[in-house]
Parts: sequence; C-alpha cells; structure tokens
Amino acid sequence: MSGLFEKGAISGIGETEYSRNSGRSSTTLQMEASLEAIADAGLSPRDIDGVIPYATGDTVAEDFITNLGLPDLRFSATTPLGGASVLASVQAAICAIDAGVANHVLIPIGRNGASGSAGRIGDRVQNLPQFRVVGEFEMPMGQIAPAQLYAHMARRHMESYGTTSAQLAEVATTIRSHALLNDNAIMSEPMTLEDHQNSRMIADPLRLYDCCLESDGAAAVIVSSAERARDMAQTPVYVMGIAEGHPDSPSTITQRPDMTTLGTAKAAPRAFEKAGVSHGDIDVAEIYDCFTYIVLCQLEDLGFCKKGEGGDFVGGGRIALGGELPVNTHGGLLSQAHMIGLNHVVEAVRQLRGDAGRAQVKDAEIGLVTGYGDMGDGTVAILRR
Amino acid sequence: MQKFEIERLMPSPTQDTKPYWDGLLEGRILIQQCAGCDTYRHYPRPVCPECHSMKFDWRDAAGHGTVHSWSVSHHAFHPAFKKDLPTAYITVDLPEGVRLCAPLRGGDPADIAMGQALELGTELLAEDLATPVVRFAES
Repeated sequence: MSGLFEKGAISGIGETEYSRNSGRSSTTLQMEASLEAIADAGLSPRDIDGVIPYATGDTVAEDFITNLGLPDLRFSATTPLGGASVLASVQAAICAIDAGVANHVLIPIGRNGASGSAGRIGDRVQNLPQFRVVGEFEMPMGQIAPAQLYAHMARRHMESYGTTSAQLAEVATTIRSHALLNDNAIMSEPMTLEDHQNSRMIADPLRLYDCCLESDGAAAVIVSSAERARDMAQTPVYVMGIAEGHPDSPSTITQRPDMTTLGTAKAAPRAFEKAGVSHGDIDVAEIYDCFTYIVLCQLEDLGFCKKGEGGDFVGGGRIALGGELPVNTHGGLLSQAHMIGLNHVVEAVRQLRGDAGRAQVKDAEIGLVTGYGDMGDGTVAILRR
Repeated sequence: MQKFEIERLMPSPTQDTKPYWDGLLEGRILIQQCAGCDTYRHYPRPVCPECHSMKFDWRDAAGHGTVHSWSVSHHAFHPAFKKDLPTAYITVDLPEGVRLCAPLRGGDPADIAMGQALELGTELLAEDLATPVVRFAES
C-alpha cells in the first residue's frame, strides 16, 4: 500500500542512552545521536543540507554546521509547538525536500531534562515564548506546570464522560509493561493499578504516575525524499500522511470552548486523508504521552473511538502488545524517556523495519505517531514500510 | 517578603494588558468588550476575533460565575506557593461568555462541583500585584 501524499521518508534513526544524569551537555548528546542517524542512513555528515533544531533548545543550526562540518546547509527552520514540534519538523522537512530546497534534513532532539541547568519543567516553561499568555495571566497565581494546567482538561473529561483514575492507570501500567521489554528504558520495574492509585497526587486528578519522566539523552532522525530513500542503506519508512492542528484558544486552556478536544482533532482527518488509509489499517501507534490523560484524549481525537469513550477504549488489553492497537511499544515518555516524542518516531521506524526486538508487533506495516504540546497543538503522522 | 518570593513570576504587562492589571489593584476585574460587535474577550488582546474591530471598552465583570472545571494542586512548582497547598484552581464560566481561572479561597476543594455558583474577588499578592480569586457563592 502506498500513501497518496508520500513525498518523504525517514531514512535514518539514532538514539543515545537515556538516563537521569548523563554528565554530558545536550549538544554533545545531540551530536552523538545525529552521527548515529547519519550513519544509519548510510550517509556522510557532508550529505546533510537541512537541519531543524528544537525550537526552544540550547543547540542551534550553527552548532550542527560547526560540529558536523556541514559544507553547505541550505535549509534550517524551527517549529515551536512544544511536544508537537517533532512531527511539525518532519512536515517542514518534507515540504523543503519536495520544493527542492534540501535533500537530507536532520531533525535532532536532546536535553538534560532531569539533570540540566535549565531546571525541571516548572522552571523551564517560564522561559518558553509560547507560554506567554499563561505566563502573564495564570502563572502569577501559582498555576505554573503543565500538570496543573492540563488537570483542568482531565477533570472536565471525567465529569462530562465518567472517565476514571483507574482508566488513566490502564494507560500508565500498559506503557510500563512495554518499557520492561526495552533495554534503553529508564523505568525497569513493573507498575500495578495499586501502584498507580497509591502514587502521590500532583495536580488532582493527575497523580505522579500519570506524569511523564524528566530525562537526559538525545535522538535524531534523517528525512529524505521518498525517491532517494529507496536507494539508501535502510528499508525506507515512508511518510504516507502528516498534518499539524492547532486547537481553538491555542495559548490558554482556560478560554478553550471545548477543553476536551485537542488540535489533534483537526490534524487527524488531514493525515488520514493524505495517507489514504483508515483506522483499521494501523498496526501500531506511538502516541505522545506527557500525561496518561493526553493519550486517552488523543485516541478519541484521532478517531479510534468517539469523544468520551477513551476510558473504555484503553481497557481490556486493547492498547497492549498483542492487543488491537498496541500503543507506545517502547515505553513512551511515561516509562522510556522524555525525548519530546522523537523517541516515538524512532520506535515507529524500528517497528516498521522489523527491528523492535522483544516489543516487535508481528508484521507491522503501517504505524501512526503523534505529537502534542503547548496547551493543545497536535501533530499526526502515518508511516509505512 | 512575599513580593520577593514571587518576583520571578511577576507579570510583565504590555500596553495591551496593563489596564487589566491596574484594574485588579483597584479590586476590579476588567474584561474587554468589542465596540464593533459587543462580543467580550479574555485574556486581553488588540483585535476582536469575531469582527476584527480594534476598538473596545473595558467593562467590569458582573462578579459571579459557575464552575467549568478545576484542579487541586498538591505540589507547588514554585516555592512561593508551598504554604497554600493543597490549592484548588477553578476554571469559571462568566455570564459575559468568557472564562476566568482563579484559586479558591475560604472553601474546601472537596466541595467543588460542576456548575457550582461562585463569587469573584481579588487579592493582593505583592505591593503592586493583585490577582483574581473565587469563593463559593452564599446560597
């Protein structure tokens, strides 16, 4: 099956070890992951002529030119959509490639989220330009971190549709069970429903185990034209369809007409239409999981179930390996590492290449990846081998 | 002392938003109303998204609303707010058609329910900073 859109492919992937204290700079980590991705693609660093660094990271396009010796960088951009940035970057890379601006675009992500001098999430968000509105009007009252802001969405969903904390736990425990199959996952102990329910409350209704990790490490992917990728080192993973969506009232959840709907709801129909596939065709899904609730809400907004039915959908083993729609086969942000969702793209590529080890979904041909961030931006990509 | 604690979180109002902050210091919650189509909008911004008029008036909020959603923080993400834990933050539907987000004062977070009636108020956080607060309405 080939997509209707399909102008680009992911031709290389790279990842460092994920940890809570790397002892190395985020630039060093990103260079290691980038070199690995370039080698994986069978390219030389000199072949890279486009780079999209993380919009609010501390490493810029110039650092990649300097470190990798890029002779003629022709395309650079940033896509400041928080956790939705990664797939927005893939979309931008494909646009640049299709327009003939660049041939091979490097998309790196790296951070010392657990140990770094930029501080943990409560400190970091204060410096994000996209958080300006919340920063001015809500942070001065003590509503600072995403957990606090997103809790209003989760509470509204619970009150409107009867969603329960035990259903959120299903997301956390399932994704943890997948992390146990991954040697490069930070969390290595099983999690039960009781563990989840006993974890301390952070921002009611979100408990500690509803929240993702803070991690150190880096990942990178190379995007090339679909045509070139056919002759490169690895089995190409084609981008059948990709889209970004911004929710109503994008800067503040408080003013959003329906706070249980994300930008994902706008992006998903576009991605599926471009790909020319339906939900039943998806073999594996890597869903951005900054919080358990955000997984449940995206599954609804993606159209895997109706609005309000996400709580039931995630039960009964449906999203576990062996289930109807295995979700976050690498352990996700919740249990592998928080690499801003680039680890989700890397895992989807591994699954579609058949390289996912103990977490391999048998005969996986079509995968779906999402990004989510900045109060509600959503990105969706549908990939095939 | 308190002012020092929250210094890093002090808002930096722009020409677009300063009247809102000045209003709070006077105990008023001001909301923009479009002079072209009468639609209210919040948080403050220069253009009406409905009719694109850039003319507007500042109106005093009616002073009451109902619960749209809420969260209860058990972890402070800044030291200045540790002493208030647990803190309920309520998203409030206002009769003007916009929403407000504010901490609950003088009530038990366990008693919050959807649609519950609230009264709006303001409180001084520092010499030159006041923010909105809500209380359960007297029944």
